[in-house]
Amino acid sequence: MDSIPILRMGPVLLVSIQVDMHDRLALTLQEDLSDAITANGSKGVLIDISALGVVDSFMGRMLANIAGIARVLDAATVVVGMQPAVAITLVELGLSLEGVRTALNIEKGMALLQAAVAERDAVLHVMDDADGTD
Amino acid sequence: MPELNASRLATLLDQRFDELLAAWTAEQLQVVRRGQISASDMRAQCRELLQAIRRALAAGASTRIDGQSWAAARDLLGRVSSQRAQQGFPSSETAMFVLSLKRPLFDALRRASDDADTLAADIWTVTDLLDQLALFTTETYLRSREALITRQQEDMLELSTPVVKLWDGVLALPMIGTLDSSRTQIVMESLLQRIVETGSDVAILDITGVPTVDTLTAQHLLKTVTAARLMGAECIISGIRPQIAQTIVQLGVDLGDVVTKATLADAFKLALSRIGLSVGRVRPAGAPALGAAPAARD
Repeated sequence: MDSIPILRMGPVLLVSIQVDMHDRLALTLQEDLSDAITANGSKGVLIDISALGVVDSFMGRMLANIAGIARVLDAATVVVGMQPAVAITLVELGLSLEGVRTALNIEKGMALLQAAVAERDAVLHVMDDADGTD
Repeated sequence: MPELNASRLATLLDQRFDELLAAWTAEQLQVVRRGQISASDMRAQCRELLQAIRRALAAGASTRIDGQSWAAARDLLGRVSSQRAQQGFPSSETAMFVLSLKRPLFDALRRASDDADTLAADIWTVTDLLDQLALFTTETYLRSREALITRQQEDMLELSTPVVKLWDGVLALPMIGTLDSSRTQIVMESLLQRIVETGSDVAILDITGVPTVDTLTAQHLLKTVTAARLMGAECIISGIRPQIAQTIVQLGVDLGDVVTKATLADAFKLALSRIGLSVGRVRPAGAPALGAAPAARD
């Protein structure tokens, strides 16, 4: 049974989908990723779908689900490299992936994630400072 | 008795072929304006058609032109009328190509027959036959014109959706003309393709040239914006004229969280600020730049 590798880069998890997704594989990815976020305490997930040429409604829902799960586990999700045909298909299916951040390529996606993580850290620092003065 | 008429007609055509051809060509040359087609071409076309009609009458002995025996005549007429459609002949002149055969043929029938009943029956057969041929010609003419119009529409579709690059990372799509489903599809595809190619972060959809916006058009625009967002680019809609703004509100169209600007300039300014750039004045307005005065004189 094959699975999609999940790579750890500091506080961020990197998932690159390079094969044709089928439903079983998508479900496995969802489970593996939830486990990985909890195990590593990751603050962000970057999903690269630039090699994905075909997408169906199930796949679209899986992406939204993964983003939802990550949010519950306190990690930001960025989907990068979506092909035009895939974007058009998702829009026609009525799946606009609300709440999922997107970027054109890995580089921009990583910058977006780091900004999101840094922003949250800043908020945490402010809270720490506030705790300290008390 | 159409069979009898047909065979009699075939014989008549055989006997008076040259005479009919000459009279018909003369009729044609009166109708057609000078310079559109040469007399020799015209004569050749007339001769070919007359021969085809004669063969069809002799072989099929039927005056319904949808039969097998009329295939050659139909082919020829189709060729002539689509050729004339391309040369810019009006439809009436194309129909007259066939209809002008009536007078010479009626004349020949009158001279060949002395019985009034037979003559009336013959004339009816010939009228019926030539009307069918003329209708067929007009139909083919219209079909080739329609094919021409369709092709031009497709050309216009391709020409009217250019995606232009305003700056590194900023694309603009000036839309002109009515937005229907097929056009929006092309607009969406070409925009998304260019976003991938150029790696742009911001795309400006300028609808200054769109005459009206209805619920369907708004929906198309929103789809394009959503698709671009899915790929990681932000869309700004600009060029919304006052009337269109009123229409959008009156129709109750919800543009959601799409950024809209009144002019392309405003949208460009916002786009630059999104990618961390800004436009500023280099020197106070009106102050001459160093070396500007000699350059102006050139």
